[in-house]
Amino acid sequence: MKYVGIVLISHSSKLVSGLLEIIRQVIHDVPIEVAGGTDEGEIGTSVEKIVTAIDRANVGNGVLVFYDLGSAMMNAEVALEMIDSNTVKIINAPLVEGAYVAAVESNMGKSLQDVYDAVMKEF
Amino acid sequence: MELHARDMVNWFELANEKIKQNKSYLTSLDQPIGDGDHGINMARGYQEAVNRLLAKEYSEPSEVLKDASMALLSKVGGASGPLYGTAFLKMAMAVKGKDYLDLESLSVGVKAALDGLKQRGKSETGEKTMIDVWSPVATYFSNPSSFHSNGLVETARTAMEKTKDTMATKGRASYFKEKSIGHIDPGSASSCYIFEALAEVIGEKE
Ligand SMILES: Nc1ncnc2c1ncn2[C@@H]1O[C@H](COP(=O)(O)OP(=O)(O)OP(=O)(O)O)[C@@H](O)[C@H]1O
Ligand SMILES: [Mg+2]
Repeated sequence: MKYVGIVLISHSSKLVSGLLEIIRQVIHDVPIEVAGGTDEGEIGTSVEKIVTAIDRANVGNGVLVFYDLGSAMMNAEVALEMIDSNTVKIINAPLVEGAYVAAVESNMGKSLQDVYDAVMKEF
Repeated sequence: MELHARDMVNWFELANEKIKQNKSYLTSLDQPIGDGDHGINMARGYQEAVNRLLAKEYSEPSEVLKDASMALLSKVGGASGPLYGTAFLKMAMAVKGKDYLDLESLSVGVKAALDGLKQRGKSETGEKTMIDVWSPVATYFSNPSSFHSNGLVETARTAMEKTKDTMATKGRASYFKEKSIGHIDPGSASSCYIFEALAEVIGEKE
């Protein structure tokens, strides 16, 4: 089964790897990729990391992109323009709970739009 | 007044020098109302831009702007990365195909950059961001007959100083609400160096 992929962007790589751990305890098969910190491993965000994460998470059913603050959203938008894909959506929702809800919904085999709507309905 | 590709490279080199010299000042502006990384971010990004620009030969200003934009997008690491990256990319697109830039085409380029900043930041003037410098500068450029490089510096500096009196409603500083009043916006200060550098490049040709 193909699932909607999920990308977690944060200024801190520890934050998203921790979040991924929490989700992976429950959801095993949904593709989830992280883009945390800058290329130098410092606090910040990196367009390149985001583009790579989106590519990896997309197994054909689209990707939902979560972010934490400020530049994370702007860099997610830049990444989207570079990829030029209409199967990727950035979502403005709480990172931790939102991503958790999305993983569970995606695991049910729902479409990108349905996963998106389910998260938006929750918050 | 004609700015050729090598003058554009010179612009980025001069701006890089100013940013490097004022790296700790820029960072100190970002400490009370942000995360204290603006000088570090800008110095890293501009150095990378200059490294890339000096490693290539250019025949068109637009190509210089595009490569600089890509370097800033990938190396800055803070909000100013996607913001300046978008600004210079839009400027590059607006002047594509031109062998050199005169005041008219620079004006078109700066306006396109300003629009790019607004779109990327989802912000307008008066929100205590770099837009507060780019906007009056774009207006100043829009009247080429009365343009002078000294006037460009004046316009940018006055606009930067004015950000001290406003409250931030966008970016990290917006979390500080009223407490953001009384501090110069770091992005406006770096934008000011960028326009001071441009004024020097133009000034040599006046
Ligand atoms: N939404 C926005 N619109 C326009 N300019 C903005 C916006 N957000 C931030 N800025 C500008 O960016 C500057 C801060 O740049 P800096 O490189 O320090 O990013 P940052 O705020 O640390 O990024 P991050 O969001 O990753 O924490 C601000 O001083 C402001 O001029
Ligand atoms: Mg900062």
